Amino acid sequence: MQIHLKFFASLREAVGTSGETLTLPAEIRSAGDVRALLHSRGGVWAEALAEGKSLRIACNQQMVDASAMLSDGCELAFFPPVTGG
Amino acid sequence: MAVRVQTADFDLTTELAQLRANTPKVGAVVTFLGTVRDLNEGEHVAEMELEHYPGMTEKSLDDIVNQAKARWDIFDALVIHRVGPLKPLDQIVLVAVTSAHRGEAFDACEFIIDYLKTEAPFWKKEQTPAGARWVDARVSDDEAMAKWAPVS
Repeated sequence: MQIHLKFFASLREAVGTSGETLTLPAEIRSAGDVRALLHSRGGVWAEALAEGKSLRIACNQQMVDASAMLSDGCELAFFPPVTGG
Repeated sequence: MAVRVQTADFDLTTELAQLRANTPKVGAVVTFLGTVRDLNEGEHVAEMELEHYPGMTEKSLDDIVNQAKARWDIFDALVIHRVGPLKPLDQIVLVAVTSAHRGEAFDACEFIIDYLKTEAPFWKKEQTPAGARWVDARVSDDEAMAKWAPVS
């Protein structure tokens, strides 16, 4: 399964990219699995996606929680809590 | 109903005139206008940059307005949110709601801005004398949204 990742705001700056297309290993199925996979890259990824970091997740532009299951071609975004208005 | 995300400024008089044009059943227009302050968390703010998630932002605002329409007897709602570089005194966000009587419009307008603050994917980055910093989400905004929890 292939997904399109997006990162915003402070998270985008911390990992140094606004997104990438990623082919997932078979055992990676949920949004939380992807967060753990990115965290395992180490360095800035481990720091920015550390467990204590409050991050929101959107799948196909809808807010979801870490248990959300992914589908092929989906757009998965990670970002800090929002501060508009 | 309209939601707009734009870098350009907007004119309140023009927007409100359009919102209620040819709609004589409107008896109340409630607006919330958010503006850039020059002070946040004790630091002087010289400029800020508004980032958003194109596509999701518009969907999220549409969804919030639709929830307000389902919940209150309002005629129409307009949300305009600016992105890009902004300075103190600049207009950031407009929420305007029309209804027959003021009560529904006041509630719906407050609901929309409370939800926007915690659900719509916008992020502020401020320039201060100590350097640039991303604005942290406020607990008070979560509390403001929580008061609208549906009554079971």
